[in-house]
Amino acid sequence: MELHYASAPENASIARLASRYQMFVDGKFIDGQGPDLESTNPATGKPLAAVSSASAADVDTAVAAARRAYENVWSAMPGAERGKYLFRIARGIAERARELAVLETLDNGKPIRETRDFDVPNAAQHFFYYAGWADKIQHAGFGSRPGALGVAAQVIPWNFPLLMAAWKLAPALAAGNTVVIKPAETTSLSILILAEIIADAGLPAGVVNILPGAGDIGAALVEHDGVDKVAFTGSTAVGKKIQHSLAGTHKKLTLELGGKGANIVFADAAQDQAVEGVVNGIFFNQGQVCCAGSRLLVQESIAEEFLDRLKTRAAALRVGDPLDKNTDVGAINSAAQLTKITELCAAGSNEGAGRWTSPAMLPEQGFFVAPTIFTDATASMRISREEIFGPVLAVSTFRTPDEAVAKANNTPYGLSAGVWTEKGSRAMGVAAGLKAGVVWDNTFNKFDPTAAFGGYGESGFGREGGPSGLAAYLNTDDEGVL
Amino acid sequence: MARVAVSKTYKLYIGGVFPRSESGRTYQVTDRTGTFMANAALASRKDGREAVSAARKGHVTWAKATPYNRGQVIYRIAEMLEGRRTEFTSALVDTLDMDPAKAAEEVDAAIDRLVHYAGWTDKIAAVFGGSNPVSGPYFSYSAPEPTGVVAAVAPSGNALLGLVAVIAPIICSGNSVVIVADAATPNVAIAFAEALATSDLPAGVVNILTGQAAEIMPYLASHGDVNALDLSAAGAVLRTTLAQAASETVKRVYAPKGSPDYAAIPGTGRLRAFLEIKTLWHPVGAVSLTGGGSY
Repeated sequence: MELHYASAPENASIARLASRYQMFVDGKFIDGQGPDLESTNPATGKPLAAVSSASAADVDTAVAAARRAYENVWSAMPGAERGKYLFRIARGIAERARELAVLETLDNGKPIRETRDFDVPNAAQHFFYYAGWADKIQHAGFGSRPGALGVAAQVIPWNFPLLMAAWKLAPALAAGNTVVIKPAETTSLSILILAEIIADAGLPAGVVNILPGAGDIGAALVEHDGVDKVAFTGSTAVGKKIQHSLAGTHKKLTLELGGKGANIVFADAAQDQAVEGVVNGIFFNQGQVCCAGSRLLVQESIAEEFLDRLKTRAAALRVGDPLDKNTDVGAINSAAQLTKITELCAAGSNEGAGRWTSPAMLPEQGFFVAPTIFTDATASMRISREEIFGPVLAVSTFRTPDEAVAKANNTPYGLSAGVWTEKGSRAMGVAAGLKAGVVWDNTFNKFDPTAAFGGYGESGFGREGGPSGLAAYLNTDDEGVL
Repeated sequence: MARVAVSKTYKLYIGGVFPRSESGRTYQVTDRTGTFMANAALASRKDGREAVSAARKGHVTWAKATPYNRGQVIYRIAEMLEGRRTEFTSALVDTLDMDPAKAAEEVDAAIDRLVHYAGWTDKIAAVFGGSNPVSGPYFSYSAPEPTGVVAAVAPSGNALLGLVAVIAPIICSGNSVVIVADAATPNVAIAFAEALATSDLPAGVVNILTGQAAEIMPYLASHGDVNALDLSAAGAVLRTTLAQAASETVKRVYAPKGSPDYAAIPGTGRLRAFLEIKTLWHPVGAVSLTGGGSY
């Protein structure tokens, strides 16, 4: 007997989609001087809405507004009052959660189950968490009087549009900075609804300014002389350019860049749980996650059995309409990203890795990739070295824990890693040896505002979440100067 | 007849030993009167490479040592300096024409600075890490770890105190360092290396190159196995060049505003600059699941 899921689509009209969205500068929704961006629904490949974008002159205007707001209002406001605005924003996000979830799914292509259960609630929680820090900065462990930096320039990616906005805005504002933030050019909608929530919360004009635009606007923003702090989440290539361009300035920089996380499965792991964890690690958000467990290192003695189980499980993932509540794997965010994933998969096949592709039926339109697993992926293959940012797993085997750690660390990146074993001492020992900012033992892709997140090596520096996330937005230099 | 003094050959300090520069190059160091004092080794790019390789090994050993052990070793460096107070004081007076009382003060401050950091080693994790009260059945904590190999420029004033003030916060968390000594006072830096060599500090944790920062640092700044740079003592132009080179491999760069006052009470900025925060998550099961007979 063959069983089918009936489709259970969320109602797209809940997103209250507008035909055109405006920038948010100095407390007002205004037209930018840049060309309108066209936001596409990745599930259909069809236009969703137009978004007004910024020009270089708009960057000047927004930075000036942020400076005025910093000097006249925000820096003078007691922390407790700042915090109350952030609490309001957290509440506002929760109140419009369903609308934001549907809108995010339409604009980004990720499954409604993820936007509803992860992106949006976590965004609200981030504001709630940092709201509470606003009047307790002196207790955060960075001296008794760490001050705000001034105007923060922030550039965020398209994989978690609203959540990344929350990760950036909440600590910056709690620490007492004002912000100019640029969303990714393919995903501007949810942050512009957040702008409405911010406006409704009565946040003073200019404290948060949102400039949709492409990479050139991001570059103009981070290089602007009027900013004191730069925070960037995105590719390592762009992160390096930003670090280079900021060299010799006194702008405080934090970078959250790419990753090539290893999920290490030992022979004694609880295999069913490990399979779930590996699946979550690479197929969550279509693998478009900087901390994805995109490399699987499985102990040789169980490799065959484990891979069989993994393929069986991955074959059951439902790929399709992101608005369907049954969908496990949604759409890739853009045609460009789809091309990149396809190209790297071709490289994997050409370089001799064994390719398995899920038999899942893909929709005829839109940007979709079936879950893909490459076995016998050697360390020199592109699929083992480069961040694919798609639902593509590279598998290799190991014999000893030392070998596993050495292979896991054999990457310039160092964002995340997973360890699967039922032996506590092995889990702790391996975790200690991994050069990664986040290590998940017998779990994967867990995030919380109270827990620091960020990378080693070329995955960037600085942390988001927890007290360290606050430090990224404070002047914590405490050295005596002559 | 007056005894002829035995003068010292100043060499580099790499991997716990004192080699000459592989380049065979030296430069002349003069005393306060401008009289020839010694030939110092003029370190080359290749010496830099040797030093980074030694520092990587040193870091691996040092990071594995217990914080208590690291504290005792750093305290031991202070003990070694205390025993050589006179030697360091005269070196400062002879080379820099310092007032003898001021020179003695600087040596004492350097010793005290080491004691300060000796006491930090087993507190860093508690002060800059902690448990995370996450919303779910997980045990989660964030703890600092050393960044790895740090390349540093030694300050040109405060020949001993500056050197110690830069090195100690780097190594106390488990990092290793390759430091380019102040070109004018290699005698002080190498005398300090001699104190290090008798302090039970594992080989390679501190590596001292004498010569020109402008020549060696660019190489270290773009070296793939260097994790961080301390540029607080570098001049503005060199700072920018080195910070640009650092971006090739996303190195951490410590270059705070202003010229550091090494005599001031140290904060924690230098310590924090060379730490990575690692967050660990582990599921927490219900008590009823943990008492079964299958384990």
